[in-house]
Amino acid sequence: MATTSAPARSITRARLASLLQGQGALVALALLVLFGALRYDNFLSAYNVTSFLANNAKFGLIALGMTFVIMTGGIDLSVGAVAALASVVAAMVSEYGLVAGIAVPVLVGVVIGLVNGSLVAWGRLQPFIVTLAMLLAARGLALTVAGNQSVAVDFESGFTALGTTTLLTLAAPIWIFAVAYLLGVLVLGRTPFSRHVLAIGDNEETARLMGLRVERVKLAVYALSGALAGMAGVLLAAQYGAGQPAEGVGWELTAIAAVVVGGTLLTGGLGSVVGTLWGVLLLGLIFNVLNFENGRGVISLSPYWQSIVLGGFLLVVVLLQNRLAARQT
Amino acid sequence: MARATGTAAAGAPGRLRAWPRDVRDLGQTYGAAAALALLVLYNAVFTDRFLTTDSIYVNLTQVAPIVIVALGMTLVIATGGIDLSVGSLMAIAGALAPLIFLSDLPFGVALAFVVPVLVTGAFGLFNGVLITRFGFQPIIATLVLFIAGRGIAQVLTNGELQPFRNPAFQYIGLGRVLGIPVQVLLMLAIFAVVAWTVRATRFGRQVLAIGGNEAAARLAGVPVNRVKLAVYGVSGLLAGVAGLIVIAINSSSDANQVGLNVELAAIAAVAVGGTPLTGGRATVVGTLIGALILQLLRFTLLSHGVPDAVALVVQAVIIVAAVFLQRQRQT
Amino acid sequence: MTTTGPLLQMEGISKAFPGVRALEEASLTVGRGEVHAVMGQNGAGKSTLIKILTGAYRRDAGTVTLDGQPVDFHSPQQAQAGGVSTIYQEVNLVGFRSVAENIFLGREPRRLGLIDRRRMHAEARRLLERLGVEVEVSRPLGSINVALQQMVAIARAISFESRLVVMDEPTSSLDEAEVATLFGVIRQLKADRVSVIFVSHRLDEVYAICDRVTIMRDGQTVDDRALADVGRLELVARMLGKDLAEVRRSGATGFTDATHRAERRLLEVRGLRGAGRTLEHADVAVRAGEIVGLAGLLGSGRTELARAIFGADPVEAGELKVDGRPVRFGSPADAIRAGIGLAPEDRKTEGIVPEMSVRENLTLALLPAISRYGVVDRRRQQEVVDRFIRRLGIKTTGPDQKIRELSGGNQQKVLLARWLCLDPRLLLLDEPTRGIDVGAKGEIQALINELADSGLGVLMISSELEELVEGSDRVVVLRDGRTVAELPHAAITEDAIMAAMAEGPADGAGEEDGG
Repeated sequence: MATTSAPARSITRARLASLLQGQGALVALALLVLFGALRYDNFLSAYNVTSFLANNAKFGLIALGMTFVIMTGGIDLSVGAVAALASVVAAMVSEYGLVAGIAVPVLVGVVIGLVNGSLVAWGRLQPFIVTLAMLLAARGLALTVAGNQSVAVDFESGFTALGTTTLLTLAAPIWIFAVAYLLGVLVLGRTPFSRHVLAIGDNEETARLMGLRVERVKLAVYALSGALAGMAGVLLAAQYGAGQPAEGVGWELTAIAAVVVGGTLLTGGLGSVVGTLWGVLLLGLIFNVLNFENGRGVISLSPYWQSIVLGGFLLVVVLLQNRLAARQT
Repeated sequence: MARATGTAAAGAPGRLRAWPRDVRDLGQTYGAAAALALLVLYNAVFTDRFLTTDSIYVNLTQVAPIVIVALGMTLVIATGGIDLSVGSLMAIAGALAPLIFLSDLPFGVALAFVVPVLVTGAFGLFNGVLITRFGFQPIIATLVLFIAGRGIAQVLTNGELQPFRNPAFQYIGLGRVLGIPVQVLLMLAIFAVVAWTVRATRFGRQVLAIGGNEAAARLAGVPVNRVKLAVYGVSGLLAGVAGLIVIAINSSSDANQVGLNVELAAIAAVAVGGTPLTGGRATVVGTLIGALILQLLRFTLLSHGVPDAVALVVQAVIIVAAVFLQRQRQT
Repeated sequence: MTTTGPLLQMEGISKAFPGVRALEEASLTVGRGEVHAVMGQNGAGKSTLIKILTGAYRRDAGTVTLDGQPVDFHSPQQAQAGGVSTIYQEVNLVGFRSVAENIFLGREPRRLGLIDRRRMHAEARRLLERLGVEVEVSRPLGSINVALQQMVAIARAISFESRLVVMDEPTSSLDEAEVATLFGVIRQLKADRVSVIFVSHRLDEVYAICDRVTIMRDGQTVDDRALADVGRLELVARMLGKDLAEVRRSGATGFTDATHRAERRLLEVRGLRGAGRTLEHADVAVRAGEIVGLAGLLGSGRTELARAIFGADPVEAGELKVDGRPVRFGSPADAIRAGIGLAPEDRKTEGIVPEMSVRENLTLALLPAISRYGVVDRRRQQEVVDRFIRRLGIKTTGPDQKIRELSGGNQQKVLLARWLCLDPRLLLLDEPTRGIDVGAKGEIQALINELADSGLGVLMISSELEELVEGSDRVVVLRDGRTVAELPHAAITEDAIMAAMAEGPADGAGEEDGG
């Protein structure tokens, strides 16, 4: 780990690259929206937009947590499994009402995040392997607790209101999505905490020498990631009416893709919550567009093509971003 | 700073001195080997019929494809990279092979071995190109095929199970030589080649130099891009071989299932075995032992009635413990 | 808190690591408002002593008294809180964060829990003004030059209201003008009754700014004198533990004054332009058997020139000839095949492969030559390694020792051996003696001399004028990416080099003659 400061040129280049990536994602998003609006009826309908946003709320939450973890130079591969576990827990405590149904799973997420964070911060173990192990553990726990099957929520207790209540015609998940990102932008832009997060990702040794409490900050970001994954699990349970122990497979990887596409540096030190938002919407929109395309009946794309298209899209987006960044500097 | 205390080391006999230090320093691997020995011992005592040939073969057979993939993964990780696409590449190889030997092509079986492996090798090179020429980070580059690769396999087979019976092809999964399953021999052969490559060849030392300090390696004339392309290509090739073995054993190819989670298993094996994920050092023996430990662990738990889900949790704990112990030994 | 007596008193400090006694009853006393130098070779114990003071290490024995109170810092944060700040050799700040953020990292001014950006920026500007520095405080730290970054580090130190500022080799990346600015800052600190500990290898600077000096050798404090009372040669002698007369005789560097008889042209560079905007139009030529010094300020393109010649960076325009034949190296491997070697500026990031052994590092570039059908010939490798360990006097416990355990000087020797074992014709050396103690420095300089004597061509980049003056047969000066002067042997003086670096050639002092 170098302690010499990077030369001025590469700092500027990295900042520019990050900025361009985020903007590039926005441009791609805008183009895709335009494409959809022109090509499909009902693409911009209230129904499509709101259901799209409601469905992607959980991915958005996970990607938000991932953004902060990646900004410290770490990674959290356990979030998909944690969401699954949280959904099971939510279903199981849903009989005690909405508050319990939210608080307990989120708490579970926080605890898991604290375990991850402790192993990374004090155990000095690599985030990749720690959260990979946690992925297995959380998945195992989810399956065990759920008895290898989905767990229905209690439909009488008001828990499912989370999926159905609307405020100003927007469903609760959309509000949660929006509020989470608003808070995220605020935290990233204005709090000392975020400066510390970024400093640690920039150069951990230096940050420590400058007196930052590196361990506590790391603990906090992993706990945050866990909490958001927990909340995503709650939404999963509320929206589907059941806790799903086998869900969430690959969610962490699409979250990472969204974060990278949005301009946060995978190596840490520089990040953008807004960029992640564009990334999440962009990746989610691809599926939306594919569904519409299928609906037209011109091409019938089996669901298997979806992953090819998603992979291809990721490829093209990152390729273009790298090209753009290289040309500008 | 410690003051240097003298010149050449005494003690170690001349020839041994010439081996790279990472080979001689088997401290980490001793721990892993000890753990493996303990597992074997436990099972020998507490599990019925563990030491029978059947049971041993079952374990070795199950672990062989994972070891093969993990060997390729070891090389990739040694350069400081990672390969998330291996599971999907296994699925692609598994999808292609039946299409070939079930068709009317001449030399169908031979081609069914060669073509899928070449194809996955080419995909591996594709990963390498993204990384070396287009500036992708390894995790993102291989993520592309992780996502898209399985889709390709599913499209090739339309997501349907392809059952078959082709003894010539299935020799790779079901055949035996002198009583030993072919895939185990294959695994051992590939292990020997990779281990020797890392220890004794210029290529192997260059792989480690790149992982240790890429800028320094480049300035020292190491052909960094070429070496990286090669390791990702090899990783792809080995994933292809593993995919063929898996479908041969199962007498069917299911693009939805072949290679599922294998990348995680391979990475776990490499980590438990003692190779640091940051690169610069590699213990091939460690990878083999790591894979065996994880396999035996699952077997032990299953034989004693522990549900699969719980086994996952135990595996997780073992992985963390192994990596933790290695860190302690390092510092 | 008393106001009389020394500010800092460290006495009887001992510290042992496994296998080595780093400090034995060492001491250090610093007065109030005093600029105190600490000098000694690597391994003399000065960095260990400083680390104990600043909380990075714990002492085994002894006392540390700060302002009359005994202190025992367990961490750099504690030392900081206790009034002792440290400026490190490498700027220890974070590059992506702004100047203001760096100054206040960890203690950001807040309003309602959020950062009060306006106040933070205003405060930062004020602190920097006190140091006579003007910079846009919202800029990322990494986008300003290293000298300014050092100033920001100092501003941060001051913002803690430290009573003692420890500066560890603060000038290693600064040019003359920037050093002058730094000295102005140090004088300001002095005027504010803040004491400064100045750890440095550079005699000129020590004499220019410090009041007293503590000399360490072999883990002990051997001297604590006012600088006015000790001459340079005596100081060097005390550090080395040598006789004053001996040092007087053989000079301060390992170079001798004799010139080399230069023969045929090895390397000719004309109008070289690199990618990026640093290297614009450089000319240089090196003959077999001569040492050409390459001088210039930070950012003048010296490293870029070396890298471009070596094929490590792309070349956009210009001519490169080796042995009279035009060449273009697409990669370092090509240059190596042509008999050229490059020892980079930063050992840590570009030189050593830290996890590998001395043996492997030494033979890294030689691998193709000692491999048959891809397999490394162990015996030849061993033979080469043994030969060079002996020839260069590399101090190591054995060829299998991990290179990161060696001292800077020995690491540099291994890196030089990496090239020497290839039997090169031309060596490009970028700051070959940077960060190396006096003893090893001399050895390496003598080695370079020897190599030139035996017919090697050497292009030596150095920021140490003394080294350039004593060692070069000719000096080429770069400024803003262009060759502005070439000084023949007779015209090489520190003044001439400095004049050329800063303004261009002085009247009549050696114009570029293309050879």
